[in-house]
Amino acid sequence: MSSGLTTAAYLAAGALFILSLSGLSHPESARRGNLYGMVGMFVAIVATVSMTAVTNYALIAPAMIIGAAIGLVVARRVAMTAMPQLVAMLHSFVGLAAVLVGFATYLDPGVHHPGEVERTIHEIEIYLGVLIGALTFTGSVVAFGKLQGVIGSKPLIFPARHWLNLGLLLASIFAGYWFVGANPGLGLTMLLAMTMMALLFGVLMVVAIGGADMPVVISMLNSYSGWAAAATGFMLSNDLLIITGALVGSSGAILSYIMCRAMNRHFLSVIAGGFGATATSGGGDDGEQGEVEAISAEETAQLLLDADGVVIVPGYGMAVAQAQHSIAEITAKLKSRGVDVRFAIHPVAGRMPGHMNVLLAEARVPYDIVLEMDEINADFPGTDVVLVIGANDIVNPSAQTDPGSPIAGMPVLEVWNARTVVVMKRSMATGYAGVENPLFLRENTRMLFGDARATAEAIQGAL
Amino acid sequence: MRIGIPRETQPGERRVAASPESVEQLIKLGFTVVVESGAGMASHFHDDAYDQAGAEVVANSREVWSASDVVIKVMPPAATASGEHEADLMRPGATLISFLWPARNGELLQRLAARGVNVLAMDAVPRISRAQKLDALSSMANIAGYRAVIEAAEHFGRFFTGQITAAGKIPPAKVMVIGAGVAGLSALGTAAGLGAIVRAFDTRPEVKEQVESMGAEFLEVEMEEEGGGEGGYAKVMSEAFIEAEMALFAAQAREVDIIITTALIPGKPAPKLITEDMVKSMARGSVVVDLAAEQGGNCACTVAGEVTEKHGVTIIGYTDLPSRLATQASRLYATNIRHLLAELAPGKDGNIVIDMEDEVIRGTTVVKAGEITWPPPPPRISAAPAKPKPTRAPVVEQKKRNPLWNTAAIMGVLALVFAGVGATAPPEFLNHFTVFVLSCFIGYKVVWSVTPSLHTPLISVTNAISGIIVVGALLQISAPPGSIVTVLAFIAVLISTINIAGGFLVTQRMLGMFRKQDD
Repeated sequence: MSSGLTTAAYLAAGALFILSLSGLSHPESARRGNLYGMVGMFVAIVATVSMTAVTNYALIAPAMIIGAAIGLVVARRVAMTAMPQLVAMLHSFVGLAAVLVGFATYLDPGVHHPGEVERTIHEIEIYLGVLIGALTFTGSVVAFGKLQGVIGSKPLIFPARHWLNLGLLLASIFAGYWFVGANPGLGLTMLLAMTMMALLFGVLMVVAIGGADMPVVISMLNSYSGWAAAATGFMLSNDLLIITGALVGSSGAILSYIMCRAMNRHFLSVIAGGFGATATSGGGDDGEQGEVEAISAEETAQLLLDADGVVIVPGYGMAVAQAQHSIAEITAKLKSRGVDVRFAIHPVAGRMPGHMNVLLAEARVPYDIVLEMDEINADFPGTDVVLVIGANDIVNPSAQTDPGSPIAGMPVLEVWNARTVVVMKRSMATGYAGVENPLFLRENTRMLFGDARATAEAIQGAL
Repeated sequence: MRIGIPRETQPGERRVAASPESVEQLIKLGFTVVVESGAGMASHFHDDAYDQAGAEVVANSREVWSASDVVIKVMPPAATASGEHEADLMRPGATLISFLWPARNGELLQRLAARGVNVLAMDAVPRISRAQKLDALSSMANIAGYRAVIEAAEHFGRFFTGQITAAGKIPPAKVMVIGAGVAGLSALGTAAGLGAIVRAFDTRPEVKEQVESMGAEFLEVEMEEEGGGEGGYAKVMSEAFIEAEMALFAAQAREVDIIITTALIPGKPAPKLITEDMVKSMARGSVVVDLAAEQGGNCACTVAGEVTEKHGVTIIGYTDLPSRLATQASRLYATNIRHLLAELAPGKDGNIVIDMEDEVIRGTTVVKAGEITWPPPPPRISAAPAKPKPTRAPVVEQKKRNPLWNTAAIMGVLALVFAGVGATAPPEFLNHFTVFVLSCFIGYKVVWSVTPSLHTPLISVTNAISGIIVVGALLQISAPPGSIVTVLAFIAVLISTINIAGGFLVTQRMLGMFRKQDD
């Protein structure tokens, strides 16, 4: 295939990727969007494989067949509740691929540079690509471990870790200085040394971030994997990689921003980590006095039947207990009896952006009754019953009332304005932020203790 | 503590301050209750019912007054038939809860203070949201509004609702209500429920919505003046406004069949809104019900406490409308009183504490341990539906900088970066750099339009397309066979293909689950 044709194919692929992302503006156009993405990828791969420089089909075919097979099997088997883990794992692959491609480019004897400036720029590109790729790789692996429960989700804080990180950064810059223009032997040593440091940095960064900040971490790694691809594009002088990398990178960056805003936190403070470790001392001592009133599943069912308007607020607890199917059944039963049921989703509910929406969609809850925080917050005063399922910090009134609370100023779902709030929860334990929740002590709050799935099934039975 | 409920002695008063239900509740609060025999008869609460509810029924009125720590009553204490004054029967240190009208009954207030008792006036409950359950004026006004329509219907010679029958067409009655307070709204709702055409006028424009919600038309004068005063009551209006308003009433008087007036201004005689000329202009057989009769009446022809006829128009000036619906009025009043006692006895141990720090109790208390504490300091919150916004107090104060400066600073830095890159980098890099920057902008624009519910699919699809890195690996895999480059490229192709296949498939799976309500 001529190089002109390849460029044209890459252009088409880039345009298709843009269409793919813009298709996601609405659930109805989203499926078509995904299709555009697939076509774009197909065009890009076919164009690349048919280039005259690409000849080693004996290796390409097995690599792609094995890779595709693994990917398809994993994607087919994964439970929707495990989606954050899968995404983290896939991010780590992009990071690793960027590292491998970076090394391969550096070691490739076939690359020649017309001048000294070109060589310097090329080496900087390689260096950056490997650096971003390496930290994306280990960061994603640690995030995967935390989400999978292999690594504890509480933030792990090393003493003087900020100094350690700063040292790593300075050492990387120093190694980069030696790397550029060095002879191949020294250059490779420096590149390897920097890779080790970037890998360590990725681990340190994510290990320090608590479970509740996972939506930010996932979005951030998403962004990094994009920048890694873009850096690879620069080193290979490949515009398609640059376009795609930039798209993915900015997408992840915007998501990180949205998630941070939903928690009223600064991006840097999330990355600096440590949230939730010091929080318990913040509030709680002078908190509201009151009694916890328990309620049974049967009473909850009666309460729901008597209501005209019900709002369900799902949280991570629903995902853990896999309660979404019972909840969907409850919703269907209530709707058939004329009860107006809606769902309220906080932007950071769950462990990745949009996590709750996916779970509810899996359970066949119609997306048009699933509303965002801003759409529904004003409706709580007219709501009869709010059912909170395994959510805690996102319905905590102290975010608005207690300036000393660690979550002060975070936008929350104002469920307490409803007539009755039923909170389904395993125990009185605090959420990931480690903050006491005065909602549980309110006069109009009833606690329904137990595993979310078991109690949801009990309610479903009682209906 | 012992609560006493004496029989009301004022002629024509049929209400009582406790119902058997409220007695039961009071006993639950830890009190013992004494009821004078026959106290509830006019409200159709028999002595037996009180007895069953747990109260002690005694025949002697004196005993109720003198042996109780708390006396609850409807009307202010007055001289009895035997010449004694009820106030003097009270035990010093005891507490009286009743309507009192301290502004009008200065002498009685003095007498009670001299007796050394505590007095809580049900008419002095502050009109704030928290005190709504104690607000006996509102619950009585509600009844008065309802009863006003019933009285009007009795004296009005026609149906309220319009009908077309074999015997001819019946036009619907037209009712105008002046003053859309609790009584006015209640009258509106009742008249509309009977099928009349209902209109209402009020100087406070904010009640328009409430009027319309009762199915009535809101009459307005073409003038900008707000009539909302302190505590949700109306205030005195300017002369020009009154003139416009009177013209409106004169026009309406010629048209409507029934006028119900409820206009009151606190501490002032009722405004005269319906002149004798207007009454004259009304059709014969029309009815005026004047709920302000006790304060001098809104209509020039009103005689307080009586039904009179002038120029062929019946004018009802009853001042005891709630008492004319005694059972209901007693029930509501008893509940208001019970809520007040619950506030006074937070320990539910049958002991009351008059906490002058509590805004509601402070406002209601007019005599405390022999000292007159009326009038109270003005209430702080308007009863108009002003919803207090939840206070948000972020820990870290946002540094307020002019956003324009921020933008300018960012633009400046970017311009420098671009200039630096442009000056030093070779043209090939610049081409790539252009593509990169433009792609960032496109990504930024496109991703902001993604709906939040699809954020997870967004992440998985961007994940899949970032597998495009496979292209880089594919270009390298054709290096001399067996070299390290080939091995690295092989692994890279493998894992990025996992990414592509897995990412797209899982996105497809997720998107397939999103469905609309009726799919």
